[in-house]
Amino acid sequence: MITALAVVRVTSLFATAMFSGVFSLLSAVLFVGLDAVDVAFTEAAVGAGISTVLVLGTLALTSRHEKPSKASPVVPLFVVLVTGAALVYGTMDMPNIGSDTSPAQTHVSPDYLERSVHEIGVPNVVTAILASYRGYDTLGETAVVFTAGIGVLLLISGLRRRREDDNESEEEGGTS
Amino acid sequence: MDSSTTWEFFVGHVSYWLFIVLMMTGLYIVVAKGNFVKKIVGLNIFQTSVFMLYISIGKVDGGTAPIYPVDLNIDPDVVYSNPLPHVLILTAIVVGIATTALGLALIVRIREEFGSIEEDDIVEIEQGIARDENERYRNATGNRA
Repeated sequence: MITALAVVRVTSLFATAMFSGVFSLLSAVLFVGLDAVDVAFTEAAVGAGISTVLVLGTLALTSRHEKPSKASPVVPLFVVLVTGAALVYGTMDMPNIGSDTSPAQTHVSPDYLERSVHEIGVPNVVTAILASYRGYDTLGETAVVFTAGIGVLLLISGLRRRREDDNESEEEGGTS
Repeated sequence: MDSSTTWEFFVGHVSYWLFIVLMMTGLYIVVAKGNFVKKIVGLNIFQTSVFMLYISIGKVDGGTAPIYPVDLNIDPDVVYSNPLPHVLILTAIVVGIATTALGLALIVRIREEFGSIEEDDIVEIEQGIARDENERYRNATGNRA
């Protein structure tokens, strides 16, 4: 896990894309270990699959190597260390991992686990909550994905049209 | 605090700290690297470590995945992990890939406009544009501005 992220500092962007895919797969394994099989499934498909393909596609359209940054790494390092220290300080009040009396375990989740059998009747509780109790989240998610899809299409389709315009500049003035 | 509770505290929290280290690595890549594709990958790492932290909150010792037997005969002795973080993170993963896709499309567009995907180059080009515009403005106003 730590190894995958340590090597993300290579300058070849192709290797970066591959390492991010490996990182996603390893995190999917970690999710299985944490009992989140649905999340592991999605992470392996989306994180390791689709996002690697997207990054590779972008690399094909742009360049493959990065230039070393001229700015000094001291300021970012300082910012990162301060943020990390604040976050670690924040974990001091958190319950131990795996504790079954923590607030996250005692609030609404027992209700979901208990009632979803009678009210929904689906064996997988995650599906039951996702589609029913928290259906509005999924609705919002579809809205976000829809918006992002439109955005990507607008950005990319404009690209193709402009390239054609460059090639046949005499035939401009068509529908836009 | 005697040594056994300190040890328990350490074991119970060390995974959170590892996730935070991962998170900060992602943040460092976003802030320090000049290449835009690298920044997006860093953002993904940051995001995935937040997911890990979140899922780890829902873990119960000795628990299993929150899926019941198909016949819905539930054994009351079986402990199930908390399903709610899983649901929220499922949504977050999909939203994350949507933002990644949009960011990468923006990178493609930037590359088309500026011919580069390095932050340093683009800052330079933009400063050049601003200088030219200032020059033109000064000439147009007859050096009065």
